[in-house]
Amino acid sequence: MTTPTWAQLAYLVAAVCFILALKGLSSPRTARRGNLVGAVGAVLALVTVFVAGFAFGTLRHLVPILVALVIGLAVGAVGARRVKMTQMPQLVALFNGVGGGAAAIVAVIEVGELLGREAGPGRLVALVAGGFTIVVGSVSLSGSVVTFAKLQELMTTRPVVFPGYRPVYAPALVVTVVCTVLLVVRPSLWLALVLVALGLLLGVLLVLPVGGADVPIVISLLNAFTGLTVAASGYVLGNTLLLVAGTLVGAAGTLLTLLMARAMGRSVANTLFGALSGTSTLG
Amino acid sequence: MSSGLVWLTILVLSVFVGIEVISKVSSTLHTPLMSGANAIHGVILIGAVLVAGSATSTPVLVLALIAVLLAAINISGGFVVTDRMLRMFVRRRPELPGPGQET
Repeated sequence: MTTPTWAQLAYLVAAVCFILALKGLSSPRTARRGNLVGAVGAVLALVTVFVAGFAFGTLRHLVPILVALVIGLAVGAVGARRVKMTQMPQLVALFNGVGGGAAAIVAVIEVGELLGREAGPGRLVALVAGGFTIVVGSVSLSGSVVTFAKLQELMTTRPVVFPGYRPVYAPALVVTVVCTVLLVVRPSLWLALVLVALGLLLGVLLVLPVGGADVPIVISLLNAFTGLTVAASGYVLGNTLLLVAGTLVGAAGTLLTLLMARAMGRSVANTLFGALSGTSTLG
Repeated sequence: MSSGLVWLTILVLSVFVGIEVISKVSSTLHTPLMSGANAIHGVILIGAVLVAGSATSTPVLVLALIAVLLAAINISGGFVVTDRMLRMFVRRRPELPGPGQET
């Protein structure tokens, strides 16, 4: 996909907006302005993709895309406005999950596109990035849904470890890694779909043993995961804005996860796997 | 420089920027910052629009439209909910009982 120079420059400005947004959000005095700057960057990027696509005739199906876009924007904004203050954490988890799901879908479609492309180092790296996005995006989606269910008290907030948990967890991880390697070596659409299923399973297994009090740390971790998938999608799609924005969120999100865990006197490893090794995580 | 190296350079520099810009965050802002970062990765919306716009078959278009819908929820909801959190945060500070103030 070729992007005109002016559009690339607009994406650069949007990327700078996102950097300034994160910077602003880390100080109480500038936090609200920072969030606003981020929103301005998002609007700029969105306008750019439509104007560039329209001007160069590279964007088809304009009407259904706009319909899906408007519905999504409205659902997100109304949901965020209506939700009770106390339910905000689970809403953030849900927003993170749908973002991860979107990244996974984009990656599945891109893997489908790559099947028709000539083999070479470029395709190889794109397949690695695509496989990564499919798995981690799916983990983020299902993991976020489970955190939502825990915080909303649709299920127990205590750590859940069922008998036979460990015998499932480790092999599922190994199978996922093997399938990802297979996807890179012999790409096929069905392998991509198998990876979606495995990612969804891993996401559930990752979050089930985490106790309710530790859930914010896990939301932050899944948030960083989604960031990384967006970065990988940026490489596959040849879009620098997605690469920069995704990497920013991935890096900042990882550090934030460590800081949050430290502020709560916990370690990230203990949060995730404490219930598995017998040292219980906070209920 | 090959294009692969350019991508790698952008990636590595972005990692450092991402770590650096939030390294001094105060602990009261952990949750809004997470929420703001969550909104920023909603920019996958651009990727979803691009694949939807180049879809050549109906199943691909439908999948891509679902991605557009989900990403749009992520990005608009993300920024709005972060703003609500921060509004609450800013408003709460003057309400703190100061010295000589009755509660």
